[in-house]
Amino acid sequence: MYLGRVTGRLVATVRYEGLESVKLQLLEPVNEAGRSTGEQLVAACALDVGPGDLVHFIDGREAALALPDETFVPVDVAITGYAEQAHVEGATLPQEAPR
Amino acid sequence: MMLADVIGTVVSPSEQVPALEGRVLLVVRPLTPGGDPVSAKPRVAIDTIGAGVGDRVLVIDEGNSGRQILGAPDAPVKTLVVGFVDNVEVGGRLVYDHAEAL
Amino acid sequence: MLIGEVVGSVVSTRKDEQLESFKLLVVQVRDHANKPKEQYVVAVDAVGAGPGDVVLYASGSSARQTTITKDKPCDAVVMAIVDSWDVDGENVYEKWS
Repeated sequence: MYLGRVTGRLVATVRYEGLESVKLQLLEPVNEAGRSTGEQLVAACALDVGPGDLVHFIDGREAALALPDETFVPVDVAITGYAEQAHVEGATLPQEAPR
Repeated sequence: MMLADVIGTVVSPSEQVPALEGRVLLVVRPLTPGGDPVSAKPRVAIDTIGAGVGDRVLVIDEGNSGRQILGAPDAPVKTLVVGFVDNVEVGGRLVYDHAEAL
Repeated sequence: MLIGEVVGSVVSTRKDEQLESFKLLVVQVRDHANKPKEQYVVAVDAVGAGPGDVVLYASGSSARQTTITKDKPCDAVVMAIVDSWDVDGENVYEKWS
């Protein structure tokens, strides 16, 4: 799993069957300081998180297992939780994206 | 498996994903055998041994192994802290010794 | 998943027999500002996408988690057609504009 920040929402009405109930959100992985690593992903999400939130996420085949109903679905990134607080190297990562 | 240093913790409302309920999440930084940081983003790992910030640990990053260890066949888990590192030897030379690192 | 535009398709008559019946799409990756990247992937279509569509694709073993790609040699699958997205509250892409 990794830390990331939700940056936006994505709408897609045509999707593979079984994915109807999940949200799709834009996600940027972050480094030790909470800054974006430059990667940009789209994650499936069944949790109550949204743009601006610091989250942890999982990649690979396991991502589909983070979804509530159908887990045999083609999903390779999924949000596993809201990071209410992340302390790294003695500092608390900012909830807001550092500028 | 990989070597890593525990560099932080994550607090998360636990009820969101049942498999993570009650689990401690650690932020770990992957390392070379000699202890240099690998230029990869930090990972969030589930603690299974009671590790904390400052510990050098063994981390598994593969789902099947992770689910076996937790005994949770359908859990969305992949990255787990599974052991403390006492020492590391490369090419007959001791490159990390926990006793000395203290 | 990554965002990409379907820029073409691949026809391959001589291929592994397990790949027969796949529709293969050439997808060019876009960043979140909708800028095309010099990164391409050939992906199996699972949703009926075609040239010009902006899509999402999943990679790796996740790509085999569809009824058509299950247990097949496939490492990328188009699993959604994108209508729109926003970043920091601002609309970046809108299919119907």
